[in-house]
Amino acid sequence: MSFDLVANVAISGILTGLVYGLMALGLSVIFGVVRVVNFAHGQMMSVAMYAAALLFARFELDPFLAVAPVAVAFFVLGYALQAGLINRFITRPEHSQFLLLVAVGLILVNGLLMAFGPDARSVQVDYQLESFEFGDILIDKARAYAAGLAIVTALLLGGFFRFTWTGVAIRACADNYFAARVVGLHVRRLYALTFGLGAVCVAVAGCALTLLVDVTPSLGPHYTLLAFVIVIVGGLGSMIGALLGGVLIGVSEAVGGLLISPSAKSMLSFGLLIVVLLLRPQGLFGRRS
Amino acid sequence: MTALLRASGLSKSFRGLKAVANASFEVAEGQVSALIGPNGAGKTTVFNLIAGVYAPDTGTIHFQGRPIHGLRPDQICAAGIGRTFQLVKPFPALSVLDNVIVGALRVERTVAAARGAAHAVLRKLGLEARANDPAATLTLSDRKRLEVARALATRPRLLLLDEVMAGLRPTECDQLVEAFRGLHRAEGLTILLIEHVMRAVMALAQHIAVLDRGAVIARGTPDEVVRDMAVVQCYLGEDTEI
Amino acid sequence: MSRAALLLTGLLAVALVFPWLAGGYALSVGTLILYFAYTSQSWNVMMGFAGQLSLGHALYVGIGAYAAGALFYHFGIGPWAGLPLAVALAALAGVVIACLAFRFGVSGVYFALLTIAFAEFTRIGFDHVSWTGGPGGMFLKVEQRDSIDLVHLRGPPALYYYVMLALTAGALALCSRLLGSRAGYYWRAIRENEEAAQALGINVFRWKVLAMAISAGMTAISGVFFAFYNNSLFPEQVFNTGRSIEIVLGSVIGGVGTLFGPIFGAAVFTLLSEGATEALRAVGWEIPGSKGVVYGVVLLLVIVFLPQGIWPPLARRLGIR
Repeated sequence: MSFDLVANVAISGILTGLVYGLMALGLSVIFGVVRVVNFAHGQMMSVAMYAAALLFARFELDPFLAVAPVAVAFFVLGYALQAGLINRFITRPEHSQFLLLVAVGLILVNGLLMAFGPDARSVQVDYQLESFEFGDILIDKARAYAAGLAIVTALLLGGFFRFTWTGVAIRACADNYFAARVVGLHVRRLYALTFGLGAVCVAVAGCALTLLVDVTPSLGPHYTLLAFVIVIVGGLGSMIGALLGGVLIGVSEAVGGLLISPSAKSMLSFGLLIVVLLLRPQGLFGRRS
Repeated sequence: MTALLRASGLSKSFRGLKAVANASFEVAEGQVSALIGPNGAGKTTVFNLIAGVYAPDTGTIHFQGRPIHGLRPDQICAAGIGRTFQLVKPFPALSVLDNVIVGALRVERTVAAARGAAHAVLRKLGLEARANDPAATLTLSDRKRLEVARALATRPRLLLLDEVMAGLRPTECDQLVEAFRGLHRAEGLTILLIEHVMRAVMALAQHIAVLDRGAVIARGTPDEVVRDMAVVQCYLGEDTEI
Repeated sequence: MSRAALLLTGLLAVALVFPWLAGGYALSVGTLILYFAYTSQSWNVMMGFAGQLSLGHALYVGIGAYAAGALFYHFGIGPWAGLPLAVALAALAGVVIACLAFRFGVSGVYFALLTIAFAEFTRIGFDHVSWTGGPGGMFLKVEQRDSIDLVHLRGPPALYYYVMLALTAGALALCSRLLGSRAGYYWRAIRENEEAAQALGINVFRWKVLAMAISAGMTAISGVFFAFYNNSLFPEQVFNTGRSIEIVLGSVIGGVGTLFGPIFGAAVFTLLSEGATEALRAVGWEIPGSKGVVYGVVLLLVIVFLPQGIWPPLARRLGIR
């Protein structure tokens, strides 16, 4: 097996991993602030993927342009989901929150199945088969754009949390729920805002991913588990950890698929998840609480 | 008089902050002893060292002549030391009776026997009327009693009470003091109070050790301790609740 | 006779005569209800009694199914001989996972994710075990369907129904015994407050591991049944996270930690989803996914409006404890 092949696969793994990382970032932000594990995360993303695929099929809208309307719609839906449903659950026991989102996930994945059937849908744009060439290294254009979009979105989100008043307020809620209430923050509204932002991450990642994989309803649960693996490995609640975890999983799946067998690649991820959970539950890049 | 519990040279630091520094004290068999001191003196840390929540960095704790430092909380209980929690921790969904049965099962062989023993303990603490109510429905004062009942049901040789009077009204406090006095008189139970409420300490304790900045700075009978100027300055000066 | 005993006798009587009254389809739905009631009852030992949320119980169904299935497939050894092995293997897996998790202090959401990870890990692993057929599945021989062969668990549908009924009744009796025993008290104490439980002399680690062993072992029995009822096993179908969630549904809808909850919950969600599927078929609008949507909506409604599940308020109304 040549070095070039491995390098090519690894680079494509890094780029895909960045998109995974953005998806996981949404999960991480939601958990870090609202303290709810979004068990419907991958299902939400497959909805975004369908939205992008449909916009393309109907209006020939490039998925990178579809990002805007889909992200706006997801922000509104995420906000509504948190404000209307999950906010009632913040004082309920953990398992009850968990199962609430399991229910949402079941409805989404099966709703997609009912609406669009089990067959895969794909998006074909002309630059999908083109690539940047650096000597023997080939980089798919679509994959590179997708990774770039993921980085830009993550930076924007990071900037929002660091430099805007609302972002800082949200971080205050994450640090101390009661203190945030005491100083007069409207915690539930900020929670809804956070869930909306988490949904935006999912929407952007979903649109970008339609160029890389065909979408089927059954992708949802798979991506939920993938997002869990990434955020646990990276450290639940850590933004940079989510991106790095995404890259790590992206590379390990790509290279593992090449070296071992394609079907065994996610075994590697779950193995990593188990080891990290046991030995370093705060994640590879997370701080010990 | 023999020492039931002997702690010598206890130290414990948290991230470089010395919470307990070379503290030594004894609890005599059959006595009510108290450990007092200002906030942050290390009382709760000492308590947790005895109860097995933390292991001491240095020093030893002997109970009935046996070393018990570094054991887990359940092993400490099995050794014969019962404890209460400052912030009460009932089993909220279980009935008051079932709460106490869990404790009684440490010594009883069957659930039926534990139920009998639990009823007896509830009667002693005046909680019998609430036996079948969920623990979540109790008032704070009754929850504290439940906490004591549960610990007593494990039939400890030594009962550790962690700020058991905190948050109670003076009358409730007096009632609880009366209950402890009864237990002590009737069964010769050895008690170690870690307490902030001087009213209760003065009413109950036969022996007091004063902790300040992690070290024992005075010990003796309540009268002796009160006379000790160091104590007046470091403790009673700030908090004259007598 | 107490109201609970009266209810139980009534239910049992209905369940016993049901095969005579029901057609083939109704009998299969009845078997399905009992299957979910049994698995959910087994899961309830872990979550409802000891308070540890497992979302990977499909692992133990799968271990049981594959253990007994492989013995039969390769050596012709019947299910009853395979049963002890299935239970032992699943209990062992449960003990290993529990020891790892609880030794390292993994709890709550993290524990749930860990259980999912082990189930998924095993699912993908089985795809690569050719001895059990890999992803292509393992098929058990079906020779005859009319005469009753209890030894090899072969016979008409009513046989499977009664076996499942016996298992469900047995699980109910066992759980009732457990709940009133030392283990039941200790588990509930751990569920309610682990620190306080430990202060009362309970070795929390050991009792949590025991809960996992019992729960996993019980669950494996339903796996053995599944193998011989279904006669085909695919890793994707057996170990899927969706299967684990189905196991959870009965207890959550019926009432976590209650004895009758899993049974009522399993009946409610199975009947609703089958009913909805049938209704859709009747209007000629039969599409895949409808069953899952019904599962989801029922779960959502129950979790939002009946956080304790259906059984506790129903029990109060019936005057049972």
